[in-house]
Amino acid sequence: MLKISDLRAQIDDKEILKGLTLEVKPGEVAAIMGPNGSGKSTLSYVVAGRDGYDVTSGSIMLNGENILEMDAHERAAKGIFLAFQYPLEIPGVTTMTFLKAAMNAQRKQRGEAELPTAEFMKKVRAAADKLGVKQEMLRRPLNVGFSGGEKKRLEVLQMVLLEPKIAILDETDSGLDIDALRIVAEGVNALRSPDRAFLVITHYQRLLDYIVPDSVHVLSKGRIVTSGGKELAHELEKNGYRDYVSEEAA
Amino acid sequence: MTTQPVPLRTPAETALADAYVKASAALPGSDAVRGERARAYDRFHEKGLPHRRIEAWHYTDLRALMREAYPVAVGTPLAPASGLRILISDGAASMPTGALPKGIKVSTLRDCLTNGTEAFIKSLFPDQGSDDAMVAFNAAMMRDGVVIDIAEGAEIASPIEIIFTSQDQAPHGDVSRVLLRMGARAKATVHEVHSAKGKVQRHSALVAHVGEEAELSHVFETRDAQPEVHVSSLIVDVAARGSFQSFAFVCAGDVLRRQLFVRGSGEYAKIAMRGVSLLKGKQHADTTLVVDHAVPNGESRELFKHIVDDEASGVFQGKVIVRQHAQKTDGGMKSQALLLSGDAAMYNKPELEIFADDVVCGHGATVGQLDENQLFYLMARGIPRVEAEALMIEGFAREALEFIVQDEIREHLEASVAHWLAGRAKS
Ligand SMILES: Nc1ncnc2c1ncn2[C@@H]1O[C@H](COP(=O)(O)OP(=O)(O)O)[C@@H](O)[C@H]1O
Ligand SMILES: [Mg+2]
Repeated sequence: MLKISDLRAQIDDKEILKGLTLEVKPGEVAAIMGPNGSGKSTLSYVVAGRDGYDVTSGSIMLNGENILEMDAHERAAKGIFLAFQYPLEIPGVTTMTFLKAAMNAQRKQRGEAELPTAEFMKKVRAAADKLGVKQEMLRRPLNVGFSGGEKKRLEVLQMVLLEPKIAILDETDSGLDIDALRIVAEGVNALRSPDRAFLVITHYQRLLDYIVPDSVHVLSKGRIVTSGGKELAHELEKNGYRDYVSEEAA
Repeated sequence: MTTQPVPLRTPAETALADAYVKASAALPGSDAVRGERARAYDRFHEKGLPHRRIEAWHYTDLRALMREAYPVAVGTPLAPASGLRILISDGAASMPTGALPKGIKVSTLRDCLTNGTEAFIKSLFPDQGSDDAMVAFNAAMMRDGVVIDIAEGAEIASPIEIIFTSQDQAPHGDVSRVLLRMGARAKATVHEVHSAKGKVQRHSALVAHVGEEAELSHVFETRDAQPEVHVSSLIVDVAARGSFQSFAFVCAGDVLRRQLFVRGSGEYAKIAMRGVSLLKGKQHADTTLVVDHAVPNGESRELFKHIVDDEASGVFQGKVIVRQHAQKTDGGMKSQALLLSGDAAMYNKPELEIFADDVVCGHGATVGQLDENQLFYLMARGIPRVEAEALMIEGFAREALEFIVQDEIREHLEASVAHWLAGRAKS
């Protein structure tokens, strides 16, 4: 599904991803763990297509297609979704207006007809109810004045509505209490399917108790330094990243 | 090298002064009105066209922008419209036909200038703003316009539309004044809509007296083609517990200067002025306002949003004066601008002049560009850049538009924003 090979990316002449290689298969939930500053968010931005990064080598293939030359909105229409670590506030644009714009923009790029308003409303209501997102929130400007937890739930709501092929969740667990974490994890688990993959970025093992990964990768200083099964997450929880970080430094 | 002497009068100033001298005998008005006109003319003649060394006109050098003064038209009133709609064409007014709601009386200014009482003259020529050269020019040269009286307690439900247009094909100026007098507890909405064909220099003024506990809601809108130069003056006096709310929607016009002189002369007067300007090409729009809190417990709010593209320029100057006795004044002024191109410019000058000690007044002015992080967030959801920009700009404008309480007017203006953005996306 997603194949990243020897990816090097820099910003302002500072290299942050230093030859990163990672493959995520259809249906797979891959966890990426790593200390603060190791490049996890940078990886998510480069995959999603944010401007400002200089990719000096390597490739990112989505289902056999190199996406590096595509703009962010094209990648989204191809099925890449990023749940932001820090979702942005957009003043004056109601959440509902935004959701409709996003869904229809993707449909248009894929040559599909716009969603009829009634059907759109029905979908949004159903998904919002499941995630405990209040209708009142949908009438407010996007993320403006939302609590940290509300913002994260809204990210998952967007993911549910946009039905991506690969969803990258960047520290979606941060700022969530245990109940919210459970709701969010249920939202993700409900979307798991043989033709959809997830890249779950997290700092802590906790989220992985709820979203059980198929593989765990440790990112340190811009590279994947080790990979394993879900037991690797438990080991990291016990021993920290020290072993891998120092090994990298050596 | 020779230095060129600064001429005492530019050709435009000479032409405007001559226009008055030639027209004065034929301008409508009683002797008392003539006296007022003559005094106003003297003030204009003494000052000439405002230029950048006049502080209030620093960013809109009318002397430089109005190289030529077109002859002032003697307009012919258009066929009247029905409903609460007043047409002012080349400065000449036609009254609405048919029955008007109870409590509203509408007359042409030309009739009132001839027959008006002393009280009428006093209300037509207020002191507020009279020092301004262009307010003076308007007072000297106004030929027609409309006088609207709203009786005590009358609530006029639908907006009173005043439509300013032009018929004259040749380049010309038009000069008109609207006088609105609202009795105690009266309620009304006045919707000024401006358009023009060809080369027009417009001098319009609205003088409003808002009675005790009365509520005036005012909307200024530019629609379709606009005058080359438009100086619009608004002079408002709000009595005790009265309320004045104004919204300006500006999206065309080469040079537009709006100047607002607003006074809260009774306690607990509420004043709110807001606006959205969408500027492109080489358009220049200036909003300069003075709010004068003369007595205690007044409230004022200003919120102006400028969206400036290409080489256009926006100006916001707001001065809030709190007189010594005006304790407990509550004032808040905000100006926010979004620059969409590297050559766009915004000049902000908020000022507070506070002579009382127990007041809450603040102001803030920001000038920025569309935020790349926000744009990326929208694009990461599949929205192409131009559309994402449009969403953000619309959102920026909506934060001011949402203060318009008349749903129809607000929705109409939201559609105008969308239309402007669609034009931008195409170019
Ligand atoms: N815009 C930027 N300019 C310069 N350095 C950056 C920028 N963004 C991130 N970095 C640096 O890149 C490194 C990785 O950051 P990030 O990807 O946010 O890490 P993580 O998400 O793993 O905490 C950090 O050292 C950070 O300081
Ligand atoms: Mg991060």
